[in-house]
Amino acid sequence: MIEQQKQTAIALDDEMEVLTFNLNGETFAIEAIRVQEILDLLPETSVPGASRFAATVINFRGRVIPLADLRLAFGMEAAEATIDSRVVVIELDLMGETTLIGLRTDKVNEVTTLAHSASEPPPSVGMRWRPDYIDGLFKREGEFIIQPNLQAIFALHDSQAASGSHPLN
Amino acid sequence: MSMDPIETFRLEADDLLDQIEQGLLDLTHRLGDMDLVNAVFRALHTLKGSGAMFGFDALAAFTHHCETAFDRVRKGEVPATAELVSAVLSARDHMRALVEDDVTQAHLEAGEVLLETLRAAIEHAGGGAPEATPAAAAASAERAAEPASAGNGWRLWFRLPANAMSNGTNPMALLAELCELGDASVTADLSHVPPLETLVPSELHLAWHVTVKTDQPKSAIEDVFIFVMDDMELTIEALDGESASVPEEKEEADAMPVAEAAPKSAAAAPLSDVSSGDGRQAKSAENVRVPAERLDELMDRVGELVIAQSRLSQIAATSVELHLRSVSEEIERLSGELRDTMMVLRMVPVSTLFGRFRRLVHDLARETGKAIELVTDGESTEVDKTVIERLADPLVHLVRNSIDHGLELPGDREAAGKPRTGQVKLSARQAGGEVIIKITDDGRGIDREKVRAKAEASGLIEPGQQVSESELLQFIFHPGFSTAQKVTNLSGRGVGMDVVKRTIESLRGTIDMVSKPGEGSEISLRIPLTVAIIDGLLVRVGEGRYVIPLAAVEECIELSLEDDLRSRGRSFISLRDKLVPFLRLRDLFGTGTKPDPHQKIVVISTGSERVGLVVDQIIGDHQTVIKSMSKLHANVATFSGATILGDGTVALILDVAHLVAAGQQQEAQLRAAG
Repeated sequence: MIEQQKQTAIALDDEMEVLTFNLNGETFAIEAIRVQEILDLLPETSVPGASRFAATVINFRGRVIPLADLRLAFGMEAAEATIDSRVVVIELDLMGETTLIGLRTDKVNEVTTLAHSASEPPPSVGMRWRPDYIDGLFKREGEFIIQPNLQAIFALHDSQAASGSHPLN
Repeated sequence: MSMDPIETFRLEADDLLDQIEQGLLDLTHRLGDMDLVNAVFRALHTLKGSGAMFGFDALAAFTHHCETAFDRVRKGEVPATAELVSAVLSARDHMRALVEDDVTQAHLEAGEVLLETLRAAIEHAGGGAPEATPAAAAASAERAAEPASAGNGWRLWFRLPANAMSNGTNPMALLAELCELGDASVTADLSHVPPLETLVPSELHLAWHVTVKTDQPKSAIEDVFIFVMDDMELTIEALDGESASVPEEKEEADAMPVAEAAPKSAAAAPLSDVSSGDGRQAKSAENVRVPAERLDELMDRVGELVIAQSRLSQIAATSVELHLRSVSEEIERLSGELRDTMMVLRMVPVSTLFGRFRRLVHDLARETGKAIELVTDGESTEVDKTVIERLADPLVHLVRNSIDHGLELPGDREAAGKPRTGQVKLSARQAGGEVIIKITDDGRGIDREKVRAKAEASGLIEPGQQVSESELLQFIFHPGFSTAQKVTNLSGRGVGMDVVKRTIESLRGTIDMVSKPGEGSEISLRIPLTVAIIDGLLVRVGEGRYVIPLAAVEECIELSLEDDLRSRGRSFISLRDKLVPFLRLRDLFGTGTKPDPHQKIVVISTGSERVGLVVDQIIGDHQTVIKSMSKLHANVATFSGATILGDGTVALILDVAHLVAAGQQQEAQLRAAG
């Protein structure tokens, strides 16, 4: 389904609008259409017993939403918040339910346009990240922009969370 | 924001179809009841009329035939038979389809088939039984008695509600219909027309005196107004009848409640009934239909208000400003009241839920060939709308299960020395903050051997392993567990009971089952009355704040230093000579901070089981608007939800049932260890 949609999107329009942000020096991009809001850091409430990947919840306009740390999905170390840290709130379909999720970022850069045709599939060797977590790599001004496959990251997370054995724990 | 008229019609049609269904189902038990026949006829007539008005032509045409059939029953020409009622019941389902969907050729063909059945039913009823049922005979006798005064005609006065025309009623059509009955003279009654400056041109201010010279019976006159009768004022007098027909008038009052409020002498005192007219208008305004989303929206706003209010309370509590404090207290009281009112608004009697089972049972009885009686009890018990909605599917499943697996065939029941008719009972009652719904049947009960065999086959227990009765019955709620040998249309597909259990648990409820072989089973659901707002006790553990549902809190005590030290190894306190296990939430949550010097124990309970929770500080009570947690945290069983505190931060709500179970488990382990 998702594959099909993606292909139709390419057929219709090669470009997509994305929001780019930094995590541990790497640049990530998320389709702008998914992004609900960019927030300054808020007081967090930790959820004892939850995985480190989504260890806290925040109050987003009267709704309680989980705050996830993509660093852990990409094997990076959790980092202290800085003055540039922001939370990007995205909308994602989790097990058939539209869910709002906050993502920790070190710094939010810009909204920009990326061409699908410039995307390279993740190399199967020589990469320290799980290839199924990555939708595509874009080369731009000498650096790579990573488009994470949020659906895969969160879907995997929640199926494994249900069985209680998540590698990110 | 006005509603789409088509949607309005659909809502109205839904109500009418429900009325028709309930009426028909009642009629199957009391075939001769003319009140029911009339009620069904009226509903059919209204459905036809408004259907045609909103362009549902296929619906109107189809309903017309059913209406005609019922008209004949009403007039005593044909008695109501089970076959006829059943045919109209199927026709009703077809009407629902016509209301909901676009009409296709297939619809029309299906409609033809249904009408054919209906015609056959009427023929059987009419041809097979020339004498009408007692009530029908009585009705025709009544009719026969009437023409005594019918030779001359009727004098009537009627007045429609002011908004009649905006509702689509055309007084001219009514008058034309009256004129068709015979030689008629019509005079407008202008006594209610207001002075020009207050006259609303779109409203109806006229009333009419009509004299009809006809040999038609009085019911023919009433039939003209049948469509608008509920809201109008109408008096009918026999022409030249004078006051000689006192008994006649009495009968009139019985038969026609609308006439009750009308003046004794209609022509003389049209003014005197202004007040009675107003009274009726006020009555019709008593119920307001509101789309469910708006209610939910309002609930959200109230929830936010409650949060903002508790923020205000916190600020006021630290302030020296006396005025601020008194205003804050005022607002606290008001928002509490608002919350309570809101809760009442959302409460719906369970009868709305139980009502739909009559049809289900009726259909299932036909499908399975079992004789079934549905008994309901405690229908006036009120439960939150959301709870009702989410209970519907699980209950359907449970009732189906009872009928399909539980109840035996009439022959088998007789052989077992039970009455031929099996009974399924639905009951509801309120107990504290919970409602208890029970589904009871007097069937064969759960076959323990089958359950055991199935549990062994699917590896849930070892062959020959000892399991207690209640543990064995719990297997029924396992995913993919079904003991039905053959898969029927109703149940036995192995999906269901686990889904039922999950739904009930998502409502923070519990499900229990008792079953006696040969005597039947009873399933009890305990569900909180509301899922939106609860009173909670706010506590602090380490740096985190948590909410414990106040309904579950029994008492709060201090954890004495001795108890604290002594309980390093085993966590029990002695509470009035009873040992109560306790859980250190600090350890459970891994807070990693130093405990407060004076820790407290909050004793919580579900039913008879108690567990103490050790917390660092009890902050106070807190009105808690429950927010659900996302699927990402679905695996964290310790919490049932979250709420937003006065300062805008999130606090998690402890899942009492889970913690009590954890505490009991710990107790069992400690006991086993010595």
